[in-house]
Amino acid sequence: MTEALRERCEAIKATYPEAQSALIPILHALQDSYGYVTPQAVEEAAELMAMTTAEVEGVVSFYTLFHRKATGRYHIQVCDNLACQLRGTDELLAHLKEKWQLEPGGPSPDGIFSLERVECLAACGYAPVAQVNLRYYYHLTPEKADQVLSGLADGEEARGERI
Amino acid sequence: MNESKVLLAHADVKGIETLSVYERHGGYATLKRALTEMTPADVVQAVLDSGLRGRGGAGFPTGRKWSFLPNDGRERLLVCNADEGEPGTFKDHFLIHRLPHLLVEGMTLASYAIGAPRAYIYLRGEFLQGYELLEQAIAEATAAGYLGQHVCGTDYSLELKLYRGAGAYICGEETALLDSLEGRRGIPRMKPPFPATAGLYGLPTVVNNVETLCAVVPIVEHGGEWFKAMGTEKSPGTKIYSMSGALKRPGNYEFEMGVPLSDLIEAAGGLMAGRTFKAVVPGGASAAYLTGEHIDIAMDYDTLAQAGTMLGSGGVIVLDDTVCIVSFTRRAMEFFRHESCGKCTPCREGTLWMDQVLTRLEEGIGTEADLDLLLDLADNIGGRTFCAFGDAAVAMVASSVRLFRQEYIAHFTHQGCPLQKERVG
Repeated sequence: MTEALRERCEAIKATYPEAQSALIPILHALQDSYGYVTPQAVEEAAELMAMTTAEVEGVVSFYTLFHRKATGRYHIQVCDNLACQLRGTDELLAHLKEKWQLEPGGPSPDGIFSLERVECLAACGYAPVAQVNLRYYYHLTPEKADQVLSGLADGEEARGERI
Repeated sequence: MNESKVLLAHADVKGIETLSVYERHGGYATLKRALTEMTPADVVQAVLDSGLRGRGGAGFPTGRKWSFLPNDGRERLLVCNADEGEPGTFKDHFLIHRLPHLLVEGMTLASYAIGAPRAYIYLRGEFLQGYELLEQAIAEATAAGYLGQHVCGTDYSLELKLYRGAGAYICGEETALLDSLEGRRGIPRMKPPFPATAGLYGLPTVVNNVETLCAVVPIVEHGGEWFKAMGTEKSPGTKIYSMSGALKRPGNYEFEMGVPLSDLIEAAGGLMAGRTFKAVVPGGASAAYLTGEHIDIAMDYDTLAQAGTMLGSGGVIVLDDTVCIVSFTRRAMEFFRHESCGKCTPCREGTLWMDQVLTRLEEGIGTEADLDLLLDLADNIGGRTFCAFGDAAVAMVASSVRLFRQEYIAHFTHQGCPLQKERVG
């Protein structure tokens, strides 16, 4: 763990008067730094929080946003829940597979993208919806998805959109 | 009925998420006035008078929830439930993105009312942009003296903290949320004790939804009676309805409670050309279906409950004649199966089983006995679990079998979805 990361985690601990509340924010910070919750991250979180690794694993395994394997540089979460189903998420997923060879699972061979089907993202009025690195993209037609992904592949930052 | 924009009055103003624009439209004037001219008890009374009911789904009277806190000298806490995840609901997402200062002002008023020196906003983990917007709003409000030490120059101080979850629908259940906020797996707690007596860190805690806390601002500004004059007697005020699905203009629409469903659909642009109405899920995926006979139903807590469904969080998903009920219901059950926390056997095993039965029905290899099995399973999950998740998980499926039995039967007589075959053939 770098000194900067340790300082960040200690600062998070100081934010919450009741120490245990810091565990999930610390896991977010470790994941941001390492790309996913590595076995090392679990040990470091346990040490920082004075917990066992089993206790930390129990928390990590409960939440879907904690990844246990590397994702692409841009992790795309496509909602395929009810409202998105009604607005063409199946076509979007089929397009991402056909044109971008993206399917749920590990990162693309170049490491740029990974895809995950996720449950409702609370943006049903702007369906179909996806997040790239947790930033929203609304009304994702296949054409718009091409624009967004092309930009990201060219090195643009995933900034997302505002409602 | 026309839209009545109260919470969303300034939602379309450019830059309203910033302090300066929010103040220019009257922002924080209510807080200043309340802190200097009203006692905390006056604020509680205004909310009691308003008849405001919790907008997160349960519809419990907010003022009463605030009044349950014991007077035993322990520190009190306010927690805002911003774990919006009910399929079909996206009002809190909208409020946080557009009006973060309205939430901060509402939370400061509520914290003052209940005497809380600390308050927390629990955001679902996916709301990273919302987290950043609120972080900015809190920094601005603190610098301007609306938060922190000596709010508006008074003796009242409030520390408002943000917390991001990490992806789990069940954390919208208030006691699961508290466990998650304490750094654990989000598993619902035994009630009683209720959060009012033993909530976050065992302290007396009020948990309110984003929309509920935002509504406190206009209620305190105009008075409880003003709010109560809108809507229906038992469901007063306005409500933000999240309109999604087979509509021309899906989005959030604020109406007085009790607005006819048909007016909501019209406000959202109506159905696509050439399509006809088939069904609606009026309160997110936890609510039972309604069909055309209820097209003019009043969209309030009591009327929808009488019709065997619920207003819930106000997520209205509209289905037209191209939607396969079997497939749609199966997808809802896949969601509940995925999100069951696993604590109670009926829910953990039952949602898995129902997903399997619905899958074979969708594939056209089910039987009529499967329909009775679904209803039997629903009876053995609903009301038999620790939290309300079990009831939520079976509402759509049980109502679908009752309302659309013929459509299920058509799937096994056609060995697949007749709608799909019609489209392909």
